Amino acid sequence: MTELLSMGFLQRALLAGIMVSLLCGVLSVFVILRRMAFIGVGISHSAFGGVALGFLLAVDPLWTGIGFAVLVALAIEWAQTHSRVEEDTAIGIFFAASMALGLVFLHLSRTYNVDVFGFLFGNILAIGKKQVVEIFCVTAGVLAVTLAFYKELVFLSFDEEMAWVSGVPVRALRYLFLVMLALVVIISIYLVGIILVSALLVIPGATAQNLTGHIRRMIFTSAAVAVGGAVGGLWLSCLLDFPTGATMVLLLAFFYLLTTAAPWLRSRKGGA
Amino acid sequence: MPDLAVDIRDLWVFYNGVPALEQINLEIETGKLVGILGPNGAGKSTLLKVILGLIVPVRGQVRVFGEAPQKLRHRGEVVGYLPQRPLGNPHFPVSVLDVVLMGRYGRVGLLRRPGARDQEIARRNLERVGIPHLAGRPIGEVSGGEQQRVFIARALCVEPRLLVLDEPTVSLDACAQDDVYDLVNRLKEELNLTVLMVSHDIGGVARHVDDIVCINRRIHVHQAPPIGRLGLESAFGCSVEYLFHGEIPHRVVKVHDD
Repeated sequence: MTELLSMGFLQRALLAGIMVSLLCGVLSVFVILRRMAFIGVGISHSAFGGVALGFLLAVDPLWTGIGFAVLVALAIEWAQTHSRVEEDTAIGIFFAASMALGLVFLHLSRTYNVDVFGFLFGNILAIGKKQVVEIFCVTAGVLAVTLAFYKELVFLSFDEEMAWVSGVPVRALRYLFLVMLALVVIISIYLVGIILVSALLVIPGATAQNLTGHIRRMIFTSAAVAVGGAVGGLWLSCLLDFPTGATMVLLLAFFYLLTTAAPWLRSRKGGA
Repeated sequence: MPDLAVDIRDLWVFYNGVPALEQINLEIETGKLVGILGPNGAGKSTLLKVILGLIVPVRGQVRVFGEAPQKLRHRGEVVGYLPQRPLGNPHFPVSVLDVVLMGRYGRVGLLRRPGARDQEIARRNLERVGIPHLAGRPIGEVSGGEQQRVFIARALCVEPRLLVLDEPTVSLDACAQDDVYDLVNRLKEELNLTVLMVSHDIGGVARHVDDIVCINRRIHVHQAPPIGRLGLESAFGCSVEYLFHGEIPHRVVKVHDD
């Protein structure tokens, strides 16, 4: 009985881990090419405010988290187009403010419990059927949208101004990408938690850039690296009895360091 | 009345309350190759961006082929554009052909992939600019002059009537500069284009274009070459000296009084 149960939660963890990491791996390439690494950090930490609001209002933190993350992503974009601050400054302001807001919400709701810890650092082994379904929906939706707008997303990453001149609806696609990023960040929180999410959005793409010089291969490589890190991290964490999310991130970081330090692994022109 | 590619009346553009362009009136006939000269910060790139629709003017009227630039773009009639720094990230993982194909993306439209015809147009334009053999190379691995050709090929892929080049010869050596001017002239004839070309290279521009516009927030001169010394001096705000070396392109040396 116990073994069956453990099989069940492990299966769910594995399934969730593969889906989330696959999605993060694909988006990671665009995050790297558009130099948006810090935005991932900003959005994920902002989600803390939304999650805490969920606890305060006693509603599913997923929805308040998504709402908050999307709102902050759009606010960052709006602030940098409507004021003189640079993007990284806007991110620095909004993510600190949302985390502070999250602490106030938590204080008001008086729930300093394990749930909060789970959101901060991830708890993949606690993923239930409902979360697996949520993760599946987001993964399928975001992958479909990415595939549909693949050529435009590449053009935007290459040169936004030129993309606009060529007739591509740049602003709409910028917002779309931010919303997708916010959705992905939220479901990734189940895996590695708010604090470590950005690792999934940065390291696979950076590792893939070390290994290959063409964007299509880079996307497949990045997805493979992410899934390898997630599955390997899950397995290692069971073996060593380490925290799962942290083990995944450490394994990904190891991949990155390996491909950076070992020149024979790198493509001819890789990350020169 | 001649056909006008660009018709600008009483144009004003401000950056943070400071005028970047003042009271610009400009008519450019179709089929002309026009050089735009002026010192740094004169508003050359700004003028191009207004024509492209990237900047919406505070005051004045801009018409490209008789329509507002935004409207023109919306209708799918796109201006071919070579930005000043077209390669922001030299390690961007795409090939030369991928970059040229990007010029087709707006035409192909959302939710559709570039087809065989788009591939063919991209390859034909690579041939036009003389670098079909570089199609498969990573964009970061080709030389500066070759990159300019790649981006000109991309601009041609939108099948434009108007081609706008922002400093196409910057950071090129003298031979490569001349090659670019010859190429632009040939493309203009072959494709019936109107071409606007911003440049710092006074000598090169004066030798290769039909008309010259000198700009320093205001437009000072609009006349056919040979370009007058007074016109240049009033645009640059300092005296300008001509040096001629027989057949070699004209060089211009600025002499500052202060």
